[in-house]
This record gives sequence, C-alpha cells and structure tokens, in this order.
Amino acid sequence: MTPEDVALFSQIVKERSGLILTPEKAYLLESRLLPIARKQGLATLEDLARQIRHAKTEALLESITEALTTNETFFFRDTKPFDLLKDLVLPPLIESRASSRTLRIWCAAASSGQEPYSIAMILKEMSAKLAGWTIKIVATDISKEILDKAKAGRYSQFEVQRGLPITFLVKYFKKDGDSWALSEDIKKMVDFRFFNLLDNVTSLGTYDVVFCRNVLIYFDRETKARILNQTSTMMPADGTLFLGGAETVLGITDQFKPVAGQRGIYARA
Amino acid sequence: MKNVLIVDDSKVIRMVARKIMTELGFNPIEAADGQEALNRCKEALPDAVLLDWNMPVMNGIDFLRALRQLPGGDGPVVVFCTTENDIGHIQEAMEAGANEYIMKPFDNEIIQSKFAQVGLI
Repeated sequence: MTPEDVALFSQIVKERSGLILTPEKAYLLESRLLPIARKQGLATLEDLARQIRHAKTEALLESITEALTTNETFFFRDTKPFDLLKDLVLPPLIESRASSRTLRIWCAAASSGQEPYSIAMILKEMSAKLAGWTIKIVATDISKEILDKAKAGRYSQFEVQRGLPITFLVKYFKKDGDSWALSEDIKKMVDFRFFNLLDNVTSLGTYDVVFCRNVLIYFDRETKARILNQTSTMMPADGTLFLGGAETVLGITDQFKPVAGQRGIYARA
Repeated sequence: MKNVLIVDDSKVIRMVARKIMTELGFNPIEAADGQEALNRCKEALPDAVLLDWNMPVMNGIDFLRALRQLPGGDGPVVVFCTTENDIGHIQEAMEAGANEYIMKPFDNEIIQSKFAQVGLI
C-alpha cells in the first residue's frame, strides 16, 4: 500500500466522521479494510484504493468509515468511572431530581453497547431508590453495523469476561449457544441511535450525565472544542461529563472543569 | 508480592497461567489437583487461587468447600478457571465461595480483568 493509499483512506474517514487516523493507527487499515476489499472481490488494499479513485459508491465509503471508526470497548471499562458514577455522581443527582424523578444519560460513542449496558446494570442495581423514575439512557454511534450488534445485546464468551463481574453475568445474561444474551430488562433501558459527532450535538436533547470516553482522542483540537462546547449547553449546571483516561478538557474548552481528585470526570464550569 | 496458587491438572495450563500471573506481579505456586492444593493451603494460605474444576483425586469445587472450612480459609480470593461454562456451574461455584469465574479458553486480558475486579490488581 502506498502512502497515497493510506492518505486516501485517512481522508475518507476524516471527512465523514472527523476522526483522525494517526500513523500509529495505520495498522488498522489492513485488518479492518481487507474484509471490505474481499467483499468487493478485490485482493488487496491497493485494489480497493484504485476502485475508490475510479468508481466509488456511497455504500463503499460508508462501510470503510464504519470499519475504521469502530472502537474497542468492554463492560465496565476501567472500572473506576463506573464506581464514580454509582458512588459520587448519581447520589446527589437522585436527591436533586427527587421531584422530577427523571435522569437522562448520554453515551456518545456507544460502539457495541457495553458502556451503556454497564450503566443500565448499575441503575438496575439501584432500582429500589429509583422506583417510579424515568431513566433515559441514549447511546449513539456512527456505525450502523455496530449499533445493530449493540441492540441485539448478544456477546461472545470472550466479551462477557472482559470487565463484567460474574455476578452480573449470572443475573443479567442467559447462555444461548456459544453466545450470552443480555436480558430484555436491561436492553430496553437503552435507546440506541445513529449519530455523527460532527453533526450538531445539541440536537440530541439534554442530559444530566454524559459519557464521551475514548472518542475525543481521535478528533483534532477544533472538533474536540466544538463537541465539548456544544455538549456543555445540553447539560444542567450540576451535570457531569466523563472522558477517557487519556483525555482532558484542559486547553480545549473552559466550559468544563476537572472534579478535584477524580480523574476523568468533569463538572460544568 | 502476593502469592497465587494455580491449581490445574494440565501442566500446559499451569505453565501459561504461571507466565501470566508472574507478568501481573504475582508469585505463583502450583498444584496439580485439589488435594495437593489443600495440603499447600494447610501449610500456608495463599492470597489468591486460580482454580480448575475437573481434576483427578479432588476436583475444584470440593477443594473450594474444604478451603473455606480451614481456619482463615475465607481469606484467599478464589477465581475459578474452567471449561464448565454454564450458569449452573457458575452459580454452584459462587455458592461454594468463589469470588470470580473464568471460562476457558482464557488469555492475559481476561485474567487481568478478573483479578482487577476482585481487587488484587
């Protein structure tokens, strides 16, 4: 594959999703795009690049974007953010929302659903305190294919062993052949929607808690700032933003400030 | 450094698990069946046990029940690591006092994830 081919694939992804394919991530091209090339009856990524230059179709560009923007995810990834949600973020929100009895949470890059379903399980565990509440978990992603997987709520044995406590596996999943199927009770708590973070984020509504973890790292600074600034306008003053461990708001926006002593969570400034 | 007792009748599995646990900062000890593991625990209780189910002489679930009866036997964190991958076996293990459960095949990510969940990493 020539540097021009790499640049072509990178350009397609950047234009359509805003995500930057850094040189360190270029290894993804081979593993993720070869299956697409094969589907087109092409043997190599050079052939795929040639086809795009000569006869590209919307479907082909979409499948390339989807393949390159699917992020690795697992249940309760990094553990700590979910402990903070349960112990630090939710209790005061539950207290302050006692009259409206409504909680709204947005997962900005839901991928195959493990993050929003982890949140749903946490909330389910708190159901005694949340009886009669309206809980809305909206989970968005740019990949229709991965959203279909998320909605199905079926995971491999490998996937259910990364991060998911065994007690939750027993409680919320059923074995179905080689897969593990999530219970309908948890599935119905999450509303999966197709959404491109390059579009106007405020169109999604308002949220008390926003999980935008491990996705901003792929955007350029300007796009990060726009997403964060727009996100701040859709959150109340006591809302909380969760970012990935390698991400920060510092130097990007002054609409959020780090919560002292708690890495990865941010309050409205 | 925390001690982990790796209990499996397969030498290959013990070797793979030993390598992973060493990389995770544990001091691995080995036993080839439940009885050998129990004898070791009577000498000195480990911090954690990575435990197979189906083994000759004494199986994993009988070892676990016996371990929990020992003085201080509720201390070691026990993570099952077995090909038994149905809810019935998992529930039986948890009721017998297992802290976590790994369904084989496993890799270093799964072991790391499970040992993090039980607070040992």
